[in-house]
Amino acid sequence: MPFIPHTQADVDDMMSVIGIEQLDALFDEIPAELISDRLDHVPEGMSEMAMLQYMAQRAEQDQGYTCFLGGGSYDHHIPSAVWDLTARGEFMTAYTPYQAEASQGTLQLIYEYQSMMASLTGMDVSNASVYDGASGLAEAVLMAVRANKKNKAGRVLVAESVHPHYTQTTRNIVRNQNVDIASIACDANGRIDPASLDAMITDTPPSALIIQQPNFFGGLEAVDAITDWAHAQGALVIAVVNPMSLGILQPPGAWGEQGADIAVGDGQPFGVPMASGGPSFGFICARGTLMRQLPGRIIGRTEDLEGRVGYALTLQAREQHIRRGKATSNICTNQGLLVTAGTIYMSLMGPQGIRETALDCHRKANALRQRLLQVEGVSELFAGPTFHEFALKLPVPAAGVVEQMMQQGILAGLNLADFAGGMQVAAEQGLLVAVTEKRTETEMDQYVAAFTQAIAATAGANT
Amino acid sequence: MSDIPAELKYAATHEWAKLEEDGTVTVGISDHAQSALGDVVYIEAPEIGLTVGAQEEAGVVESVKAASDIYAPVGGTICAVNDALTDAPETVNQDPYGDGWFFKLTPTDAADLDDLLDAEAYAEVCADEE
Repeated sequence: MPFIPHTQADVDDMMSVIGIEQLDALFDEIPAELISDRLDHVPEGMSEMAMLQYMAQRAEQDQGYTCFLGGGSYDHHIPSAVWDLTARGEFMTAYTPYQAEASQGTLQLIYEYQSMMASLTGMDVSNASVYDGASGLAEAVLMAVRANKKNKAGRVLVAESVHPHYTQTTRNIVRNQNVDIASIACDANGRIDPASLDAMITDTPPSALIIQQPNFFGGLEAVDAITDWAHAQGALVIAVVNPMSLGILQPPGAWGEQGADIAVGDGQPFGVPMASGGPSFGFICARGTLMRQLPGRIIGRTEDLEGRVGYALTLQAREQHIRRGKATSNICTNQGLLVTAGTIYMSLMGPQGIRETALDCHRKANALRQRLLQVEGVSELFAGPTFHEFALKLPVPAAGVVEQMMQQGILAGLNLADFAGGMQVAAEQGLLVAVTEKRTETEMDQYVAAFTQAIAATAGANT
Repeated sequence: MSDIPAELKYAATHEWAKLEEDGTVTVGISDHAQSALGDVVYIEAPEIGLTVGAQEEAGVVESVKAASDIYAPVGGTICAVNDALTDAPETVNQDPYGDGWFFKLTPTDAADLDDLLDAEAYAEVCADEE
């Protein structure tokens, strides 16, 4: 028997049964203008040897740096047990757990993941995960627009301080779904001023409002006031959160008087390597009344005929294999392997471990921020409280400083010139610095020295 | 053979409609439909005040194995929904023509009911599906 599932003989047999001559005939209903001849940027296939060499070379590019880079992906410690367990064949090679009787281990793991995420975010329910935080936000927007029976126009307000990649991804995914995304401008401190929100009121009441905590610039938003304002307008509140920050910050379920309605984010801080930016997993949690609008799959705990505990996929009737075009999402998968890592991470750390790690990040970031503000010409791009990431305004363009520090083995942070979009900030001189629990006193000393030197050198070269 | 009361009108999409004395039309799904769906676990009711045309979507019925749209058999404005189904969706299986009703609407034109199938014609639709 051949190993590959469909030999040419199998394919020919199947085509003759259904009466087509070419496979392409299966896709006849797709309008011709939507069909792409070939995909740009997708390289030709490689041999195993060439692929391993290529990947080793790429992996090397990530090595040897002390990382102060964040912007959505953070360099946290990953206990060895996380990937030792995750890489076991039972988890690593398991297919999607449709067949409950053969998948109890995977199903129980996802059930525990959902329980932990719901508890961490203060929400009632979680799904089994989505691709990443950005696509999770797009799903949350579609979900909120579907669920908001009062404000039906599909107008969605998004804070300008939400990660620009999240907003772009969301715009891309929802652009043909009659959703109108309007941006709420930041104040001079890179935050949403609750007092400015009334200016967003139009004849079309918003279906949803998106706010990120901590925001893209690391700053803390007035989430209670913003949540209450949105609810007063009849909008659902979508919270974008960093799960690590929830060790010390209010969970979205406790924001304002009623709590946020949907909480999404990226699970990367929990046991997932930065790996040049991916892959990762996204989480999406919601209040109980929105349970049936949650996209993707959900694992439920049940009992068999003999009263024994078992786990099974539940609420599947809303998925696309049954609901077709009316499914809650056209993506009904989950990030099984990375969720496994995230779940083991949370189990090992526990609430206390996550809290201590978050506090450690916060203290170290505050300490480095104070030291960097002593450097001549450096000021705050945005003032105010932050979690573990902060935005500085340098006296010189950030690009040169980042480049010079890289030569000394330090990833200085994110050059905000690449991210500011239409924001009215001094983006060219903006540097976003993240500090995790992994950064030692020595590494921070080295940062300060290299930073001081790079700024002086750049300023000198410019005069 | 499923139960098809003679006094009701039916849509080919398996809803039944009953013209009440107060001029409203009560809508539910047929015994054949509940049997085909299996255990009903959830009903997404339309909003009261929603105006729908005939054959337009007016809710979703979800069973353990499927989710199906409910279509308004005649055009009108939704004037009542059966809230009891929220906590007891199984009523749809137990009493599809009685307590398992879905919603009531005020028809745009009661004469539209004449366009629906009678019990005999609907029985043929069901027979064709079996």
